[in-house]
Amino acid sequence: MAIAQAIGDTIEDQRTPPPDPKKRGRFTPYLLLLPGMLWLAIFFAVPLVFLFSTSLQTPVAGGEVGEFEQTFNFGNYVDTLTDEYYYVPLFRSFIYSGIATILALLIGYPLAYMIAFKSGRWRNLLLVMVIAPFFVSFLLRTIAWRQILADEGVVVGALRVVGLVGETGGIYPSALAVITGLTYNFLPFMTLPIYASLERVDPRLIEAGSDLYAKPFTGFRKITWPLSMPGVVAGTLLTFIPAAGDYVNAELLGTGKNSMIGNRIQYEFFNVRDYPTMAVLSFVLMACIFVMVLVYVRRVGSKDLV
Amino acid sequence: MSPANTPVPVASKPPTTVRFRNWIGNNLLRIYAVLAFIYLLLPVMYTFVFSFNDSGKSNLTWVGFTWNNWANPCAAPDVCQSVINSISVGLVVTLAATLLGTLIAFALVRHRFRGRTTTNLLIFLPMATPEVVLGSSLLTLFLNILVPLGFWTVVIAHIMFCISFVVVTVKARLSSLDANIEQAAMDLYASEWQAFRRITLPLVAPGIAAAGLLAFSLSFDDFIITNFNSGQFTTFPKFIYVADKRGIPAQAYVIASAMFFIALAIVLIGQFAGRRRKEG
Repeated sequence: MAIAQAIGDTIEDQRTPPPDPKKRGRFTPYLLLLPGMLWLAIFFAVPLVFLFSTSLQTPVAGGEVGEFEQTFNFGNYVDTLTDEYYYVPLFRSFIYSGIATILALLIGYPLAYMIAFKSGRWRNLLLVMVIAPFFVSFLLRTIAWRQILADEGVVVGALRVVGLVGETGGIYPSALAVITGLTYNFLPFMTLPIYASLERVDPRLIEAGSDLYAKPFTGFRKITWPLSMPGVVAGTLLTFIPAAGDYVNAELLGTGKNSMIGNRIQYEFFNVRDYPTMAVLSFVLMACIFVMVLVYVRRVGSKDLV
Repeated sequence: MSPANTPVPVASKPPTTVRFRNWIGNNLLRIYAVLAFIYLLLPVMYTFVFSFNDSGKSNLTWVGFTWNNWANPCAAPDVCQSVINSISVGLVVTLAATLLGTLIAFALVRHRFRGRTTTNLLIFLPMATPEVVLGSSLLTLFLNILVPLGFWTVVIAHIMFCISFVVVTVKARLSSLDANIEQAAMDLYASEWQAFRRITLPLVAPGIAAAGLLAFSLSFDDFIITNFNSGQFTTFPKFIYVADKRGIPAQAYVIASAMFFIALAIVLIGQFAGRRRKEG
């Protein structure tokens, strides 16, 4: 599965050094890079500069809604970050996506392990089944969860028969429903990279371990788990980052009390048309994610990867 | 310490217990995996079942079974137009992103040059940036330089976030190939271009195809970035989002289910063809 491996390779890079470019033109690599990198520069990097500039603007005095001028007002950041209306959803985003990431790891790791080591000739089919949900629209699947978790849906019905919930189920809308949706939507992103790195683990290493009297669990802890770390790192990042910025799950499966930072950004843009606040929130979200990713990769890197 | 007297941990227990425990161990994992698959596929099954629902305007509660939705998938207003829009965007994006991304992957794997680290960073960053930020920042650019929103702004946005995924996919395939094969071809008097076209390209083709499929599915399913940059232009996910406020027609479920089976067929045929080629 090229895709699975590819996602696994996102983080760890450059295992094979490029060959000696004796016979090649010096400018060939730059010509190859130019169109794609230009695209990324114009439509990814430049917009971030525009976004930053927007985050320092203030409303034009006496202007219409959505009219702003550049005043280099860094106070926008202070105003926004000290407002409960914004910092609570920001915290909530990281808590929800953190829980969803842990759940996805708890579900995805055993799943990837089973597919890599215990699935035999069903391996390819099972891999396809992991990716299969992608082929049904992301929004429809989330809406399907809303119906499944609704009071008249299957899950609440089953729980009511067992007696775990009363007449009013109360799973949807709630934080639980939002986290269920987040975990669900990003589970394949967790499973595939872990699978990709487990697939490369040489089973003879585990055998060697058990020949040396390692119990199965010790063998797992000392051999398989460390070797699968690149996949775990890639998987957690590919789950946590999009989950932290997502607003569709919170909108469809939660109430206003479950709003995440993405909902605020989206709302500021489309409904309030307060572009500077939107830009501040986007930048703060991005900065928080970068810091967390750096700390996480450093920590994991120093402990287990080396 | 003679080996004969040393108690071996495994042998000290009755083998049946070990076997029983292994059985539990193996099957616990299997049971867990089955539950995980149910979790993964439950919404897919829900969507499929409800595509047969004889609902009126809003497909939320089960009314009765009907073939009508599958017989007339375009009966609901605007559904098919949004699908056509999504497919058109997807095709343009797939072509452009696959081309641009493949070129970058070749440069990164096959060439040594200054600025590799910066290039890798610029490839990685869009994947590490939440979609709301990508969408909103690109929209600020479009608003500032007064570009009208529509088909082309959506295409531009999608190409931007697909390039990185293409690079990563093609790179994985390319770096698993032995560069010496090309060298060997050139030693046998093939020009660099001939070696590329006859040797490298056929070997990398599966990676490029996988990247293209990935780009298409990312583009087809994207909602957040599209929602920011589309203006009045409607794609299939955006149609669902807007329709959700007043009730999604069952036809949307039909189209989603059909896409599911088409994509599944493409992947399975691809895998089957790959296996045939390996064996043959």
